[in-house]
Amino acid sequence: MADQATFADQTMDLMPSLYAAALRMTRNPADAEDLVQETYLRAYRGFGGFQEGTNLKAWLYRILTNTYINSYRARKRRPDETDLSEVEDLYLYRRIGGLETALAGRSAEEELLDRFTDAEVKEALESLPENFRMAVLLADVEGFSYREIADILGIPIGTVMSRLHRGRKALQKQLYEFAVAHNRAAPVTDDANA
Amino acid sequence: MPEPTEPTSECRDALHELYGYLDGELTEERRAAIDRHLDGCQPCAEPYDFEAELRAVVRRKCQEKVPQSLVLKVRAALAEEQARRR
Repeated sequence: MADQATFADQTMDLMPSLYAAALRMTRNPADAEDLVQETYLRAYRGFGGFQEGTNLKAWLYRILTNTYINSYRARKRRPDETDLSEVEDLYLYRRIGGLETALAGRSAEEELLDRFTDAEVKEALESLPENFRMAVLLADVEGFSYREIADILGIPIGTVMSRLHRGRKALQKQLYEFAVAHNRAAPVTDDANA
Repeated sequence: MPEPTEPTSECRDALHELYGYLDGELTEERRAAIDRHLDGCQPCAEPYDFEAELRAVVRRKCQEKVPQSLVLKVRAALAEEQARRR
């Protein structure tokens, strides 16, 4: 049983990651702020039911996700149920990986990856259909385990794994398209020969 | 060191388990077996390093600074909620 008096002390430090996740979900700063504020209020009201010593961050993410699904996504006329086309494994590595190590001690590969701008990475993630975006966000940005993601999203672990698998490949494809568009990688016209 | 030849079944297992490894979802035993394999197999170590680096880049570049106005709004909303409950 958690004490509401300590709620703010325990949760304010988590706001940057909750806000970042809210932005990736809503793709809009005003909605993201509203979503975070509503999440904090709901969490505060329900804090008595939070088991002290269990994963507070995962608990808050579950509230964030449910609030998003119930309040914000409902505003859209139709939920985003787009599927993803098949993309091969190691999509980006097969196109820009395996570069020689630079003398500076930092590989050319790392440099190339680092040239993606913050805006490009965020846009690539936000371009994913919602189901895939949520899974990739929770795993790759927030570092939650498969079990935690399954609990946060209320889906089986097998579904988490398949969404991650396909979502990551689609993310890589989008990043690759940005690299090509800005002349940082050669376009590939024939995927079968890549 | 001998030149790498054709991928072995160990190579196939290692690539198959790449995301499980990076996600920290493998058993200690599998993790250790893959570490041993990667130590001796450059063609497998390369995509592992690449994917790990990509993960780090995605994580780093998706960070956000919280607007101070939001921090204040949330604190005010919580205080108001608390006052209402007294």
